[in-house]
Amino acid sequence: MVSKTVTIKNEQGLHMRPAGIFAKEMAAFDSDIQIVFNGKKINAKSVMNIIAGCIKCGSEITLECEGSDEQVALDKAVELIESGLGE
Amino acid sequence: MYKGIGGSAGYGVGKAVIISNELPVYEPRQITDTEAEISRFTDAVEQFVEKTMAMADKMKASVGEHNAEILEGHVMMISDPFMQDEIKGKINQGDCAEKAVDETCDMFIAMFSQTEDELTMQRATDIGDIRVRLLKILTGTADVNISEVPAGTILVAKDLTPSMTAGIVKENVAGILTEVGGKTSHSAILARALEIPAVLSVENVVSLVQDGMEIAVDGCEGIAVLNPDAATVQEYEAKKKQYLEEKEALKVFAGKETVTADGQKVALYGNIGNPEDAAKVTECDGEGIGLFRTEFLFMGSSQLPTEEEQFEAYKKAAVAMDGREVIIRTLDVGGDKEIPYLGLEKEENPFLGYRAVRFCLQREDVYRPQLRALLRASAFGDVKIMVPLVTSVEEIRSVKAMVEELKKELDSENISYNKDIQVGVMIETPAASEIADLLAKEADFFSIGTNDLTQYTMAVDRGNAKVAYLYSAYHPAVLRSMKRIIGAANEAGIMVGMCGEAAADPLLTPLLVSFGLNEYSVSATSILATRATISKWSKAEADQVADKALSMATEAEVAQYLKESRK
Repeated sequence: MVSKTVTIKNEQGLHMRPAGIFAKEMAAFDSDIQIVFNGKKINAKSVMNIIAGCIKCGSEITLECEGSDEQVALDKAVELIESGLGE
Repeated sequence: MYKGIGGSAGYGVGKAVIISNELPVYEPRQITDTEAEISRFTDAVEQFVEKTMAMADKMKASVGEHNAEILEGHVMMISDPFMQDEIKGKINQGDCAEKAVDETCDMFIAMFSQTEDELTMQRATDIGDIRVRLLKILTGTADVNISEVPAGTILVAKDLTPSMTAGIVKENVAGILTEVGGKTSHSAILARALEIPAVLSVENVVSLVQDGMEIAVDGCEGIAVLNPDAATVQEYEAKKKQYLEEKEALKVFAGKETVTADGQKVALYGNIGNPEDAAKVTECDGEGIGLFRTEFLFMGSSQLPTEEEQFEAYKKAAVAMDGREVIIRTLDVGGDKEIPYLGLEKEENPFLGYRAVRFCLQREDVYRPQLRALLRASAFGDVKIMVPLVTSVEEIRSVKAMVEELKKELDSENISYNKDIQVGVMIETPAASEIADLLAKEADFFSIGTNDLTQYTMAVDRGNAKVAYLYSAYHPAVLRSMKRIIGAANEAGIMVGMCGEAAADPLLTPLLVSFGLNEYSVSATSILATRATISKWSKAEADQVADKALSMATEAEVAQYLKESRK
């Protein structure tokens, strides 16, 4: 398993649009991808789970990927979060 | 006559079309051929996605990208693997598709509603919308089609969901009337974007109205009249005509300076809550920012925003305003706001407690980074620092001393800032009003926060319906206070502005012109109307109105007189 901690930059946090973009991109990977936030594990491939997580601007999240393409998946996830997900 | 909330300004008279968005009734069945049922569900989702994307495209054309995003979000939600697995799992256990969808949506609505996070709770409404439409597809119930309503329709509904509003043909809808929703609800935002008058939150209105009933709506005051008589219809038609004419007339004030009838120039600024809104102020022809509330940086975060993050936000506003004045208010929080990492305790009287500048001066770990960020941003525009809730001279002196220390720090680090940055006081307590002359010697400018000034002067909690009637800026006590504050600033030769709701109140304009207010800061949408009102008053005429208003003993007399004097 590989993991990395990043900070959310989107002003309104991971709300519907950025959560949707993120989940869609993550769904393309075979690996299991989790967002660890406030002690909870969130399925990064599910927009519903991400929304229910209420992840706000400035929050630190840890991305955990496990599977055949884990490193590629993690790099992509980090890149997406750090780019602000199109906002 | 029914009173609700004015969600979108304007007047309309027309015939009711009730839009029902009830959940279709279905008979739960036990399924044996689960595979066939799953494919029935998958087909329904496909239809749903197709219909929704078509609506989103329509909406992009009528009201723009942003509103259409909500519908695209619905597609993301229903396509979510977690949600799909949940529904398919239920079907595999023998539930029919309707029941599986219904219960899964229930689960998510409960999950989102429990978060107490506003944005997430709004998503619960979206799931409700998805549920209705998906169940309609599954049960073969006809969908609501707002696009086919005839001209002169007043739409009546419990609530207008994003999918329902997508089909609105602006020309055919004379008004909107709903049972739920506030000024920031989806229906209100959309109605404003479409410029359709809307009255929201009228209790039980759907059961009070019948299809075809004549209705008059007043979206300015939030009033709906069912079965209006001929005189009322005439009155509303006349108001509508006047409203539209005035709106048209305001356009001539765009791009002009703000001057009184006798040529006195004043500044007309906008209030903002985040740096992005600076663009809106410029679009609406604002000449600067009179109040930039910085709380958003602190509220939307799980930890203290860094100096760097704050600097970026302040700089963004400064750059957007391109050299025009940007007055930024330092952190204004207290025990009534939940910011867990600040460790504020719940208080018996949060409005009289440990808040705003009182908190900041004791928590230098919070205040210093903010002031440093403001100083650094001052290198990129005309940034001014405004200190909220000041009650004594010591407070402004302490803030200024801290600013001076930070300037030395920045000097030693070779970081640039505006050496003449102004530090002003927000006058919003009776104490500050009483000692306005003393504060004027210390502050570089004043800005009157009329909302809190009224609340504290009248000792009234505006949220308490039993006493809210006392909350009025027309009360002689509040008027005298405003006059004293503006007078003290004029005497000392410092700039005095106003950033509360009163600054945009056309009834108060003659008084503010008479008292000598230099700067009016209002919401972006009120800028042109305020410029138009100011242009109607000369000092001499305004003085007459002010003298008479100040001689009156009661709030009711003043309010009545100002209404009669309105230009």
